[in-house]
Amino acid sequence: MSNQKVLEIKNVDFFYDDFQALENITMDVEKNKVTALIGPSGCGKSTFLRTINRMNDLIEGARLEGDILFDGESIYQENVDVVNLRKRIGMVFQQPNPFPKSIFENVAYGPKIHGVTDKAELEEIVVESLKGAALYDEVKDRLDTSALSLSGGQQQRLCIARALAVKPEVLLMDEPASALDPVATAKIEDLIEELKDNYSIVIVTHSMQQAARVSDLTGFFLMGELVEYDKTNKIFENPADQRTEDYITGRFG
Amino acid sequence: MNDSRKTFHTELKDLEKEMLKMGSIVGESISKSIEALMNKDLELADQVIKEDDIIDNYELDIEEKCTRLIALQQPVAIDLRKIIVISKLVTDLERIGDNASNIAHRVKDIGDQPLIKEMQDLPGMRDKVVQQLRESLEAFVEMDIEKAKEVAARDEEVNRLDKQINAELLTVMENDCATIEQGTSLMFISRFLERIGDHSTNICERTVYMKTGEWTELE
Repeated sequence: MSNQKVLEIKNVDFFYDDFQALENITMDVEKNKVTALIGPSGCGKSTFLRTINRMNDLIEGARLEGDILFDGESIYQENVDVVNLRKRIGMVFQQPNPFPKSIFENVAYGPKIHGVTDKAELEEIVVESLKGAALYDEVKDRLDTSALSLSGGQQQRLCIARALAVKPEVLLMDEPASALDPVATAKIEDLIEELKDNYSIVIVTHSMQQAARVSDLTGFFLMGELVEYDKTNKIFENPADQRTEDYITGRFG
Repeated sequence: MNDSRKTFHTELKDLEKEMLKMGSIVGESISKSIEALMNKDLELADQVIKEDDIIDNYELDIEEKCTRLIALQQPVAIDLRKIIVISKLVTDLERIGDNASNIAHRVKDIGDQPLIKEMQDLPGMRDKVVQQLRESLEAFVEMDIEKAKEVAARDEEVNRLDKQINAELLTVMENDCATIEQGTSLMFISRFLERIGDHSTNICERTVYMKTGEWTELE
């Protein structure tokens, strides 16, 4: 079961109009592993993350060449149902963005959209998802209160629960802890460790120490290129590329 | 190079300098210990023994600074390996200091008795191990793997000298029981020098690790 590929990124170029944001990215994302993407601002790591569930489709003038296979199937073919794709490849953003609804409704929203109507089934999904996001014990007595009453760290875990509720296979996380304090960050990091038993996770982070702590594999992006992609311990102990070493040791811009 | 962690890298450089300072004090101790033997200078032997405390303090101080840098700066890659290696190197340097001090103790045991034989090989051996020590530290600072390997390879000659000195001393002792006490001390002195060579080889091995991230045993 080790080293099973969930995503195969093949020679991906990405453009915002004339500007090329990604250059010939090729990498495999392994199943039930945490893959971290690091690199300076503007290196293309977030753009790359958003190509994985076609979030960039929404940007005018955006264009992708190459291909991304998810479970062996291209996600960029014409007949791909993007809503279904984003159900299978969920996303958590930098700023917690709960809906201004109750905690319950936030988590139940996705399953409802995807056709779950049975109340008992919805309840079960909500409880399971909140447990999966390590939030249930803190909110079980107030599921009908507003999600906006939660702390930032709780809101972020609620967003993770919301992503889990539609039973995705892959979770994309874009700086999921950068707006959180150290204790809330530690909870998110512990959660990531637990989640990888059931999900494959790709996380973009500005904190190299966070990448080192939570990930199995790390990719270093620089000016739209994937400079180095290897096991996390290799990247942080003894990277192969001088540019990676310069970046992680701070001898760089 | 644009260094966004200037303060940290300056501290790391200072740490390296402090280790080199320790290395040069240790080298002096080795030289003096054999000088004390050849010149029957017991005061100098006492000085070597006393200076071992200074060397021990250097070790503690540098180790503490290594721990602090790791805790406060979270170094990675080459920076991390360098700090780890420095904290190991100071142990080798401290052990070399112990060996110099052990030689000085044996010199005091021998006292002002005339030597049971010409011991010109000991200063020769001393020169070799001091040279090995100095060059192994140079290889570390210059991160020069080839030099590290070359220095480590030279330890073979020191081992050979130790064996030769032992054999010669044994012959003397076999012929005259009265020489056994001093002969044993001289054998120990030779062995202490040989150990010093081994520690320099360790420094060379750790230098290769620091540069490559991989452990290689050097002969």
